[in-house]
Amino acid sequence: MTGVPDFTPVILLTGFLGSGKTTLLSRLLADPTLGDTAVLINEFGEVALDHHLVERIDDTMVLLRSGCICCTVRGELAEAIRDLHSRRARGSVPPFRRLVIETTGLADPLPAMTTLTTDPVLRHHFRMGAIVATADAVNVARQLATQPESLKQVAVADLLILTKADLCDAATAAAAVAALRAVNPDTPLLVAGTDRLDAADIFDARPLPGASRLGLRCDPVADLAASHGSGLSSFSLVIDEAVDWTAFGVWLSALLHRHGDRVLRVKGLLNVAGSEAPVAIHGVQQLVHVPVHLAAWPDDDRRSRLVFITRGLEPAAISRSLRAFGVLARAGTAEVAA
Amino acid sequence: MCALCGVLGASEHWADAHARPGAFTRNTGPLERRRERARRVTAANRVLGAFGMVLSDWQGSAFLLATRTGKTVLVGDLGHLWVSAEALAGRALDPLDPALLQRLEAAP
Repeated sequence: MTGVPDFTPVILLTGFLGSGKTTLLSRLLADPTLGDTAVLINEFGEVALDHHLVERIDDTMVLLRSGCICCTVRGELAEAIRDLHSRRARGSVPPFRRLVIETTGLADPLPAMTTLTTDPVLRHHFRMGAIVATADAVNVARQLATQPESLKQVAVADLLILTKADLCDAATAAAAVAALRAVNPDTPLLVAGTDRLDAADIFDARPLPGASRLGLRCDPVADLAASHGSGLSSFSLVIDEAVDWTAFGVWLSALLHRHGDRVLRVKGLLNVAGSEAPVAIHGVQQLVHVPVHLAAWPDDDRRSRLVFITRGLEPAAISRSLRAFGVLARAGTAEVAA
Repeated sequence: MCALCGVLGASEHWADAHARPGAFTRNTGPLERRRERARRVTAANRVLGAFGMVLSDWQGSAFLLATRTGKTVLVGDLGHLWVSAEALAGRALDPLDPALLQRLEAAP
């Protein structure tokens, strides 16, 4: 099959009820750069496809003027993706190069990601792309405080889009940004209506495009627990010594197995013993992406840095556990930075 | 699938995907891969010992996890290891448990 990547990236578009996912999607669907994209949505009716429509392939699938294939999910997500894959292989739909899945507003994004990485068929043909989360400037601060689903969607996002900022005053919008930053300190944030929302930029955002975007800055978030009442904390471990990859694998897999539901996110750069370039790690709850080998260090600092966003886990306990498991190649220190 | 043990396919745990000789080079560096597996067994056994269990390599394709009484299960990779270890031990295996950490710190 020419033109079809070995592993088709799958982008998750998530966001709480009423946060503007569908509005964003219906705007983007008309974009010609989505011509090589398949989109899985909940209901055709919500997106008002009629003026984009070229051909109705069947009850669940339509072809849009931009060349984009748009499908509704009936039943299992894995089944819908397998069906799309099979139709593409048979040539009955255009050979899409990326897949966008719109989740429902109350969905936890993790099961969809797990489906992709564990399904015996899908994991050989698809890979996780970015998780894009929309957040409504008017309501997001309250939602983060009261809705665990909203909290999780924001915490796991690789790209945040603040919507409805034009419907509220500057102070509300600033409070919304602060609330988002408290949960997810270093993910790029675009403001709909102010920043240019380009389909390709949004959907080609990568979870780990490089060290510069990783940033790994993890400012102390003192009022996090107070503002959200959720016991969420964000901290970074800075490790002076090189890391033993084998022990690190044993340690992190054990940690995520037992506490994965409380580790909303772990990411960072590791200075692996015996390796010149850094290895980027990115995990969301129990799911860890395939480690990425960066070409070079972003700066002169060769220390490993791991950022954790956790619910109710003590930074000191994690740091102690890391040392006790023999992750540090020599007797180095793992200092909790924030 | 192995007809004897029912192990399905190859392990694709994230910890295997590190571009170091031995990890993720299963077709090109068999010796290094064995070494990496041996290192992993050693690292895991430091922890499993606290729960009366021992891990060993099985044919370079899976691991055997055994208790002192001889109960044994096959595990494919690190993802399955902790599930099986907890099932065999009959209790949670918490890497943040102060008692476990104290034991590990005492025997570096």
